[in-house]
Amino acid sequence: MSDTPIDRVAKATPPVLARKIRGFSDRAIAWVFIAPTIFLLLAVNIFPLIWTINLSFTNFRANRPNREVDYIGLRNYERILTDGDIWLTMQATAHFLFWTIFFQVLIGFTLAWLINRKFKGNDLWTTIIVLPMMLSPAVVGNFWTFLYQPQIGLFNYGVSFFTGIDPSSFQMIGDVALAPWSIVIVDTWMWTPFVMLICLAGLRSIPDYIYEAAEIDRASKWRQFWTITVPMVLPFLMLAVLFRGIENFKMFDLVVQLTGGGPGSVTELTSINLKREAFEKWRTGYASAYAIILFVTVFGLASIYVKALNKVKER
Amino acid sequence: MTQFLSGLARFRRGSWEMVASILIALGVVMLMQPFILWAYTYSFIVTLTGTVMFIIVSHFPD
Repeated sequence: MSDTPIDRVAKATPPVLARKIRGFSDRAIAWVFIAPTIFLLLAVNIFPLIWTINLSFTNFRANRPNREVDYIGLRNYERILTDGDIWLTMQATAHFLFWTIFFQVLIGFTLAWLINRKFKGNDLWTTIIVLPMMLSPAVVGNFWTFLYQPQIGLFNYGVSFFTGIDPSSFQMIGDVALAPWSIVIVDTWMWTPFVMLICLAGLRSIPDYIYEAAEIDRASKWRQFWTITVPMVLPFLMLAVLFRGIENFKMFDLVVQLTGGGPGSVTELTSINLKREAFEKWRTGYASAYAIILFVTVFGLASIYVKALNKVKER
Repeated sequence: MTQFLSGLARFRRGSWEMVASILIALGVVMLMQPFILWAYTYSFIVTLTGTVMFIIVSHFPD
């Protein structure tokens, strides 16, 4: 007689419980198993979302819980969408998002392509390149503030070495024009290895025989790159862009540690601005409407992106 | 183009998802562009329309 794991579980079930379960249909048992997960999902994700939508139509302030709450309709949305300062934070976020993703994809793919070639010390270089990603954003933000110091910072001296500019003549964090680039550089430094790893997985998944067949057909290296390598790595690249896009849209810790949103508000990304509205000015209703606007934007973008990703995978 | 229009007329998923995607992308561009304030003001309604439409039309037949 066979003794499968299911048989063993059935034998181990206490008789009282077994009698109770025997009356259940398969569907009911399935519900019993998934109910805790559904409950958790509702409690942790869905309920707060619905509550936030509800709050976004009110003038509720979390620091005055006893004050009467009024429903003010769409006024919070109206204020946010006509506020020039929030518009500026959206532009700062767009700048940060576009350039970090651009550089991370470009450098990450190039590094992956180089690492994928067999050479001595390949593993050691991979480990060294991946190191920044393993650090805490707070630590990275802190030590880059030292690197960016105009008097003692290594970054300024590096720039001075290559360009001949006086190192104390520019301030990466203090200058309105340079500060947005300072956060782009740090995020790129930290997260390019992540994109590299995903690209490397894509490159290593391409079978050698495809390149061999292309060699036999006398396809040039350039043609092999554009007709084999790029199309086959594209789904992986798109996945990396999706992950980095969503991550950077809600970027907070690194930028707060590095610039605190300044000088002025040129590096104040939406997440930093949202935190200030919610927990410094305590405009909870207003901040809820702000969060919903960001949520809908990210959700919409992720939807079309996942659709595009599926299309690329189907090819 | 004809296929796209006939897809719209026959409530096919592909064509309608395309319309929803264009609306979402347009809304995001309007939200983050630095040129016109009224485009920023109306960006959310465009993105929301696109997103809700995307959720609905993804249940249309292929």
